[in-house]
Amino acid sequence: MNGPEPTDRALVLRAQNGERAAFGELVTRYMERAYYAALGLVGVHEDALDLSQEAFARAFRARGRIDPDRPFFPWLYQIIRRLCFNHTRDRRSHRQKLERAGSWLADTTMGREAASPERETERAELREQVSRAIDRLEPREREVLVLREFQALKYREIAELLDIPIGTVMSRLYGARRALARELVEAGVVHVEGAAGDG
Amino acid sequence: MGRPDRGRTRAVSEDRRATARDEERLRWLMMAAVDGEISGDERVELEDALERAPELRNELEAFRRLKEVTDTMSPRRAPGETWDTYWEDVYRRLERGVAWILVSVSAIVLGTWGLWQVVRDLMADTALPPVIRWSVLALMAGLVILFVSVVRERLFVQKRDPYKDVVR
Repeated sequence: MNGPEPTDRALVLRAQNGERAAFGELVTRYMERAYYAALGLVGVHEDALDLSQEAFARAFRARGRIDPDRPFFPWLYQIIRRLCFNHTRDRRSHRQKLERAGSWLADTTMGREAASPERETERAELREQVSRAIDRLEPREREVLVLREFQALKYREIAELLDIPIGTVMSRLYGARRALARELVEAGVVHVEGAAGDG
Repeated sequence: MGRPDRGRTRAVSEDRRATARDEERLRWLMMAAVDGEISGDERVELEDALERAPELRNELEAFRRLKEVTDTMSPRRAPGETWDTYWEDVYRRLERGVAWILVSVSAIVLGTWGLWQVVRDLMADTALPPVIRWSVLALMAGLVILFVSVVRERLFVQKRDPYKDVVR
């Protein structure tokens, strides 16, 4: 017989008393969210897996500093983003990443519409171009774009997660989209009269 | 002469600040429009601004096209087995973290003790020429200074590294 799911607060308190199994439940609860947050920031499966797991390990070591009365994931996210920013700042890992570069994006329309092989090749190239363009964004702008586009967070939720004003969220999003649009318009992927990045 | 110039300069810089604020506001409104987070009043405000600056319509249109493109994409799903061993991998990291600390601390203690024994024996060996004994002592002193210097540098860099905390 299963009881009600323990709250994050209860699990944090048990983890703070040294109960690793309780922390394990927190890991299981948030592992996918942590992984995809890291994937959005670094764009490589192996790195996202490694960095998200490292974030959990660091969170466990620093569990004494978790405030059980506040949501767990935003606290964990701060560790994830710090690790990911450091990772992307590291030139060596950036070089390795370029060598392994491939699209970390998938097609959500796949399977919903019948597509010719040519169309599928086109879509694959488009994904490749978009993911590479995102990889070239400034990390803080990329972060906001990914949270908005691929985690479907509202501006208010992004602002709360990053602890920044909503205006800053929108400014970073504008910067990211402007850079992305400029690159994709130049590549002929996005068609519009007059480029977004002109000027 | 000076006062009117200062007044004009202040007026110009206030105009520039106001323009920058307007531009910033317009960017926010465009983002809100693209993401469907715009209110009725804001939509009217945006339309008015676009009337005054029609070239911005192209920019807004490009953002909308971009949004259509990204809406058809999502992060590639991780292989299913990723989650089967996820917690075990985190657990192994925790265990290894403890192991590394134990290994490092004990290696430093044992290494220091062993080195001290060697140095003490060499210094006590009167058969060795004094120059060798003094060289051993100088080598040890040099190593200690290097160690302290490296540790101090690491602490100094860590304290002043602008990226050590999350950059907002």
